[in-house]
Amino acid sequence: MIDPTPTPETEAFWKAAAEGTFLIKRCRTCGKAHWYPRTVCPFCVSSETEWITGSGRGSLYSFSYMRKATPPFVMAYVTLEEGPTMMTNIVDCDPQELRIGQAVKLIFKPSEGGFAVPCFSPVG
Amino acid sequence: MTAYIAGAYELPIRHAPDQSLAQLQAQAMLGALADAGLEKSDIDGFFCGPDAPGTGPLSIADYLNLKLRHVDTTNTSGSSYPIHVAHAAQAIAAGKCNVALITLAGRPRSEGRAKGALVRRDSPDQPDFQWEHPFGLAVINVYGMVAMRHMYKYGTTPEQLAWVKVAASRHAQHNPLALLPTPVTVEEVLASPLVCDPLHRLDCCVVTDGGGALLVVRKEIAQSLKRPRIKIIGTGEAPEGQNGGYFEITDSGARRSGRMAFEQAGITPADVHYASLYDSFTITVLVQLEDLGFCPKGEAGRFAMEQSLIAGQGRLAVNTDGGGLCNNHPGNRGGMTKMIEAVRQARGEAHPAVQVPDCQFALANAIGGQLAVRHASATVILERES
Repeated sequence: MIDPTPTPETEAFWKAAAEGTFLIKRCRTCGKAHWYPRTVCPFCVSSETEWITGSGRGSLYSFSYMRKATPPFVMAYVTLEEGPTMMTNIVDCDPQELRIGQAVKLIFKPSEGGFAVPCFSPVG
Repeated sequence: MTAYIAGAYELPIRHAPDQSLAQLQAQAMLGALADAGLEKSDIDGFFCGPDAPGTGPLSIADYLNLKLRHVDTTNTSGSSYPIHVAHAAQAIAAGKCNVALITLAGRPRSEGRAKGALVRRDSPDQPDFQWEHPFGLAVINVYGMVAMRHMYKYGTTPEQLAWVKVAASRHAQHNPLALLPTPVTVEEVLASPLVCDPLHRLDCCVVTDGGGALLVVRKEIAQSLKRPRIKIIGTGEAPEGQNGGYFEITDSGARRSGRMAFEQAGITPADVHYASLYDSFTITVLVQLEDLGFCPKGEAGRFAMEQSLIAGQGRLAVNTDGGGLCNNHPGNRGGMTKMIEAVRQARGEAHPAVQVPDCQFALANAIGGQLAVRHASATVILERES
């Protein structure tokens, strides 16, 4: 897994991730959570966005199985309990058993350079 | 809008190890000029994408020694070229040019990018990069997610997807230049290896070298030429993103670009019997069929399975040159070849075996970028003027 490339806008996310905390951004003005994290709310353009701790719970929105990759992996979108849908990988799973809509939970996986990257795995 | 497509030319080459990119651009221009019956000195507008090397249009315009008063380098990846057609028509209407050249050339096969799943060439400065590339983002795996969700939402099957490839291959058998000219069956598509579930190898387009060019001209010039007059009667462009995390990946910008183009043209999908639809993957065609209004949402799989896309049999002939699935996909940017086959159909110059009889209207649609991530749909509707 290649490293993410944090910017001044997103350093807080990756720092918290390194400590095991999953942050998402929510707008104080309109109240809506968004993904990926931005300083300016993409809905109401308020600059009053804040980091909140995500529950790490979500459901599988869609996925595909890169069986020809080395190693194979599952590309996915997961819809977070807080609302927005994010790109991720489904890990620690049997790709043949995955079903859209099933419950998944956050698990951080290390990138090449040691960043904690937010992945998900099936619940139960 | 009173602009016409006077020249359309597809480079016959599919593998160009011995030619430079600039050389291919020049050959494409020459082909379009010969097709139209125009001279290089007639060109006063130039439209190109980032396949043209150098700063915007400057290097290739200089290489071709064009004398220009209007340039446009809009880049929406594979849909750039139908957008260039629209912008050329707008520039002509605004009096900014009379003869606009649009080119595409690419050499991905010769440059060794023809194998495996293409990884996007993105920059870490893109705000989305850090949220996507660690997860192994490639072109095929996001289209795989579109196919998976289309199956989940609408009951679309791998067999229905395969019918898109079958239709393309039946058309390609009549195209002596097609990279893959042999017809295939549904069973052969389903028996081809899964590359990224649920997409098989034969659900994927080809990778080719080559390119093409178009000439968009003012009405008076079209009237002076000895070619069928192909009028641009409707255009639409629709960039789409992830909307802050609230999106539906089985929907595309073709809903908006198609609606704009049909409204401007004053016709409906029922009036159209030929469509060039960007077939990066079989699923891409199904999404466009639905979003352009050729069938209700969710029913494109059934529409394809009823052999609706096959010339001479179906209600809507699609990609009668064999499309990107079988014929040509130069530079991994399919919008140019989509435009060219639509022009051939409107002129009545497609191969006789696949020519739509009395093809008054032809539609071309391209999806540039990637469905499910960020893309721009571009629609162009053409009419043969009698």
